Amino acid sequence: MFWRVCIGIAAAQLTHRRRQTVVSTLGVALGVGFYIGTSSIMSGSERDFTQRLVDNAPHITMKDEFRSAAPQPVFLAFPHGAVALTNTKPREYLRGIKNHGAIVDELSQQPGVIAEAALLGQAIMRYASKDISASIAGIDPDKERQLTSVEGDMRAGSLLRLETASQGVVIGQGMAVRLGLAMDDLVTVVSPTGLVRRMKVVGIFRTGNMLLDESQAYMLLEDAQVLLDKPFIANRVRVKIADADAAEDFAARMESRWGYRTESWQEVNRDLLGLFVIRNAITYSIVGAIMVVASFGIFNIISTVVLEKRRDIAILMSMGFRAADIQAVFLVQGAFVGLLGMFMGWAIGLGLLQLLASIEFTVPGLSERQGFVLDRGFLQFGVGGAFAISSALVAAWYPARKAARVRPVEIIRGAA
Amino acid sequence: MNAAVPLVEARGVTRILQEAVPVTLVHDIDLAVGPGEFISVTGPSGSGKSSLLYLLGLLDRPTAGSILLEGSDTSSLDADALAALRLRKLGFVFQFHFLLPEFTVLHNVMLPMQRLGERTEKQIVARAHELLGAFDIADQADKRPDQLSGGQRQRVAIARALANDPVLVLADEPTGNLDSKNSEIVRDIFVRIAAEAGRTVIAVTHENAFAEASERNIHLVDGRVERDDRR
Repeated sequence: MFWRVCIGIAAAQLTHRRRQTVVSTLGVALGVGFYIGTSSIMSGSERDFTQRLVDNAPHITMKDEFRSAAPQPVFLAFPHGAVALTNTKPREYLRGIKNHGAIVDELSQQPGVIAEAALLGQAIMRYASKDISASIAGIDPDKERQLTSVEGDMRAGSLLRLETASQGVVIGQGMAVRLGLAMDDLVTVVSPTGLVRRMKVVGIFRTGNMLLDESQAYMLLEDAQVLLDKPFIANRVRVKIADADAAEDFAARMESRWGYRTESWQEVNRDLLGLFVIRNAITYSIVGAIMVVASFGIFNIISTVVLEKRRDIAILMSMGFRAADIQAVFLVQGAFVGLLGMFMGWAIGLGLLQLLASIEFTVPGLSERQGFVLDRGFLQFGVGGAFAISSALVAAWYPARKAARVRPVEIIRGAA
Repeated sequence: MNAAVPLVEARGVTRILQEAVPVTLVHDIDLAVGPGEFISVTGPSGSGKSSLLYLLGLLDRPTAGSILLEGSDTSSLDADALAALRLRKLGFVFQFHFLLPEFTVLHNVMLPMQRLGERTEKQIVARAHELLGAFDIADQADKRPDQLSGGQRQRVAIARALANDPVLVLADEPTGNLDSKNSEIVRDIFVRIAAEAGRTVIAVTHENAFAEASERNIHLVDGRVERDDRR
């Protein structure tokens, strides 16, 4: 009953100043709407990007190198001794991951883990008197399909044909176009050591990433070993695990177990992931600024109402309304504006999402036109609504308190 | 209630307005108002009539002395407790009607009852209609205050003051803003409600006719009681 009275008075006073109410409500609504729009782009693209990082590439890559040079035995023998050693040279070792077969076997025994030994290197692709420098990846096609998304990007042929064709190679569409290659053509591959082989194009992929499409080539690990003259050698162990978020820990364990530098996707993309934090901070500060401006609008209207309604406040108090009741009346007005702004903001946000979803654009570096990846989660709507109501209440609080401090006698005496 | 206990009593009440030069509004007033009395308060302007009324009506607090309502001291009560007493036991009518312009006449009368919350919404509407009917403005119930004449508005204000059936009605120049015909109507209403069982009315007025209609006249000069005539 009491709340009905408060709400009734609040509603009556707000509808009395309809235009101002609409304007300040619109302020809140725009804040909410833009928040929903921007944050759904931001979190959509973040999610999409992370998804790509996680799905398109192995979670963890072990390389045939060490984070730091191995300590000299003399330092190990006398850890606290005054030992100095000069003119040492890091030991030379044969490049490649030692015993990669055993490492892959051991990793593969763990549930949910896919591990593959690979050999990466450089070569020249030559066809019809055109040369392109290519990154060669010697892989296990069956595992590569599970490790990366290349198989899904195949426009012709398949990674699996590497196993059935003799001397097969899978190239990107960019390379195929530049060299004028088509499926089943024989391309000449020249290794840095001068080895020349003719290989058959058994698959063409297109990832949308220009760099990959123009320079990446896949072949069987054994073929790559022969081509690059590194028999039985692999210089990468690539791993995918069940829980991508656990990659950092898993990589650290691998590194301490085998000593080779082992990088998780988080470590490789640390700078990009840091960028998202900054982007989110920018989003929130812009939306925060909009909401602050909207709050001033609410503050303004409620202050005006309080000032204008001092007589009504005085009479309500003389009638027996408590100071807290009066405060509630004006807080309810703030809440009204906030709620209304929230609903209108949701509508604006939905419209904005609709609009954004229809936009397509070209990103440099990607060959395909693409649209915004939007995150249409409830979270944005929830946070936007909470923003609206809390900023409205904060804005209403001061004038409401001022209203509650009206001394009825002063007003009535002044009016008489 | 024990007839010996006054309904409202002022004991040595002084009210000083703390401004650059302190102004004494009322000075050391002792006054006892019994249940059922109809009192008029008169005096020249600035004599402290309204100030005394606000003090007796618990709208203002005395600088010194105390106000007792139904025998209990109100000076120790906090603002909320005073508001609760005003809501339950007191009704105010001012020189200006002070109706809420956004609400209909009916809703204005309903407000105090809704705040008190002791009746159902249905009963509240019924009682509001009844009160308006008693003052011949039942047909104005759904209009807004600004669509009414001055006399009608003041009658609505009286109806609102009576909404919670207060034991004490306080009126501050209720006819001060009305023409003579409407003054007469409003005066008659006060005579009528003062005659109702158990209701006490204290009205500040500068109208002789109003003062003569009352049973007791308190005349203030310079914040002091100069005469206290019972008829």
